[in-house]
Amino acid sequence: MPLLQVTDLSVYFHTRNGVLKAVDGISFEVEAGKTFAIIGESGSGKSVACYSMLGLVPMPPGKIEAGRVLFEGKDLLTLSEAKLRKIRGKGISIIFQDPMTSLNPFLTVGDQLIEPLRLHFPISKKEAWNKGIEILEEVGIKNAAQRMCSWPFEFSGGMRQRVVIAMALVTEPKIIIADEPTTALDVTVQAQILKLLKELQEKRNIGVIFISHDLSVVADIADQMAVMQNGRFVEQGTRDEIFTNPQHDYTRKLLAAVPNFEKPEQENKSEQNLVEVESLHIQFPSNRGEAPIKAVDDVSLDIKPNEILGLVGESGSGKSTLGRAIIRLLNPTSGKIRFDGQDITRLSMAEMKPLRRQMQIIFQDPYASLNPRMAVYDTLAEPLLLHKIVTKKDLDGAVCSLMDSVGLSRESVLRYPHEFSGGQRQRIAIGRAIATKPGFIIADEPVSSLDVTIQAQILDLLLELVERFNLTMLFISHDLGVVRYLADRILVMKEGKLVEHGTVHQVFNSPREVYTQELLNAIPGRTLTD
Amino acid sequence: MATSTSTESSLLAMPKGVSLWRDAWLRLRKNKLAMFGLGFLLLVMVVCLLTPWIAPYGYEEQDLRLGAVSPSAAHWLGTDTFGRDLLTRILYGGRVSLLVGFVATAVALVIGVAYGAIAGYVGGKLDAVMMRFVDILYALPIMIFIILLMVVFGRNLLLLFLAIGAIEWLTMARIVRSQVQNLRDQEFVEAAMSLGLSPSAIVVKHLIPNALGPIIVYTTLTIPSVMLLEAFLSFLGLGIQPPESSWGLLISYGVETMEEYPWLLIFPGLALSLTLFSLNFLGDGLRDALDPKASRD
Repeated sequence: MPLLQVTDLSVYFHTRNGVLKAVDGISFEVEAGKTFAIIGESGSGKSVACYSMLGLVPMPPGKIEAGRVLFEGKDLLTLSEAKLRKIRGKGISIIFQDPMTSLNPFLTVGDQLIEPLRLHFPISKKEAWNKGIEILEEVGIKNAAQRMCSWPFEFSGGMRQRVVIAMALVTEPKIIIADEPTTALDVTVQAQILKLLKELQEKRNIGVIFISHDLSVVADIADQMAVMQNGRFVEQGTRDEIFTNPQHDYTRKLLAAVPNFEKPEQENKSEQNLVEVESLHIQFPSNRGEAPIKAVDDVSLDIKPNEILGLVGESGSGKSTLGRAIIRLLNPTSGKIRFDGQDITRLSMAEMKPLRRQMQIIFQDPYASLNPRMAVYDTLAEPLLLHKIVTKKDLDGAVCSLMDSVGLSRESVLRYPHEFSGGQRQRIAIGRAIATKPGFIIADEPVSSLDVTIQAQILDLLLELVERFNLTMLFISHDLGVVRYLADRILVMKEGKLVEHGTVHQVFNSPREVYTQELLNAIPGRTLTD
Repeated sequence: MATSTSTESSLLAMPKGVSLWRDAWLRLRKNKLAMFGLGFLLLVMVVCLLTPWIAPYGYEEQDLRLGAVSPSAAHWLGTDTFGRDLLTRILYGGRVSLLVGFVATAVALVIGVAYGAIAGYVGGKLDAVMMRFVDILYALPIMIFIILLMVVFGRNLLLLFLAIGAIEWLTMARIVRSQVQNLRDQEFVEAAMSLGLSPSAIVVKHLIPNALGPIIVYTTLTIPSVMLLEAFLSFLGLGIQPPESSWGLLISYGVETMEEYPWLLIFPGLALSLTLFSLNFLGDGLRDALDPKASRD
């Protein structure tokens, strides 16, 4: 007897532009102690499917058109809001994606932890508090009794996600819906959280619905899984069936999109370096007279023409700060930066202007890196006009050819950024970066906020452009798999210092540092290749 | 379906690409309420401009024998207690009120946006100094400030506009500063820096257009509050003096005689509220039109 039985669930959204079939006739079962994973890209309906069972989808515009969700002998879809509230958080609880926003910043961890307990059980505050301490210990938070009185901002991302998990578990639910619980975390932390979830699940015999866009994460933990596209399960089965013998084209496409491929090694014979960084230090002042924060601590590196240098590190390692300093978006505290032989460390912003033409940057979040009030045309025209690369007369042609280069249709040139998908926006951002035909580009996590199949497309576009325009690139990423796919050499950064460098082959096969080893071990989905 | 050649030719027809304002105008034109507001405002402005030629009577022409009479064929909106034609006085009053409203608000807008944008963008010590200056001005009682100005420079309509504008910009500066501060850390601003744009170009092209929503809303709120401030000052004897009139003054006299001669309150009140309604419709429409996300049918 499964814990949860979903039959033929359909949820439609009735919008002004017509009916959107967000969830279209899906069926699955969740068993105690097992994990059912739903894989899909953004907009595939995976979150809507789970939230609609608990009445958490806004209605209207949403409407449950058909289906049955049996939990403990009751059909959740027919329950009143009051009865559903008794099940939410008690029978079924949810772990959200972003631990930075899913905790209330104005309540202590303890207060938030005992809230669901006091809500669902007749229990005194003291008892609840003690139970809270127990559960915090269980999710691996040290000094739990004291930490109960801490505020969310005093925890790191991984620790917060542990608190969120504790909150979900404290009422001893039968089922947990984990909605991309590790997407916002660093790889090493992700590995810890996944391990913790698995342990708790086995110990407490909980059924887990695990929502993710990342096949490799699911590979480690799923028992049963489904691949979702446009509201439907295109494929459903055990983990092994799907990974070893995918039936549907879309599943195969997803599997192929996981870059699992090492770029062939090429000798770069160039004597000269395009970029040279010498013992660079970058410090930020900190609060209350404490020692300044060393974001970048004595880093030296060089980049040869036409190579792609991968810079790997977890959040807070200083990799983005280093990248921005190299193109002088922020000022280094000490050290030297040379570009094409010229010392640019102390150039003023005005003196930098002619050099900007030769060095560009692509940012992580294509939703933030485009001015929402500028049409694509103007975004692409801006660098062209600023550096007087084309005259007004030839502007239209130049903008159109940029659109071609990055694989966007010319018809969409008058649209605004919000009318594009994440991948298309990143193409616009890339178009802006290559508009001046720069020799050097910094790509700061350019694919980490994109869906997997889109990631592969953008990476291939970058490789193509590198080839075509003879670009030199500093590719910053937290994802070793992606770096392996396109970099020639790799640098690993930790706490502002370079801890390892070498060719891709060296770093992956014989890492010298313990930290690199840890990073490599934390790459999810190793069960796939083993 | 458009072919690529027709796309290029349609692009060529638009030499400067799409500007936000051009696009906004196209969208605004579809908003009936906003267009009604704009139309009404233009009508009021034209009528007020032409008042000396089209007004049925002179604004100080009295007919004491008549006293206050209700609307009739000779006096469409009636007369006041001195027997002056109300329609004429509303038309002349509109000139003053609109002038105060628009000029003072424009002063506030220009100073406030520039000041706030600079403080927000540069940040650091300059920001601290600039904003403390704003705090100090906030702390000064408005009345004393205006009375002092009037005493020193004499009563002067232009000075009144400037004085009101010089107070109203403070809030605008704060709003713009906080908007710009939030926007400054966005990646598209960094992208503009990495392209080599100068700070002033970044502020004008990238920051202010994204702060337009709150700027417009606050502007449409400022215009009526400025008009009422003028009425208050005039009432204190610091602004317009009878026999000249403004909507604010007419309304405050209308309130006194509300029970015997209700039309003295109703008609000036109607003129002011219709104008404010139109302003709000237009402001709302503008805010939506300037936000590309707001809907594009």
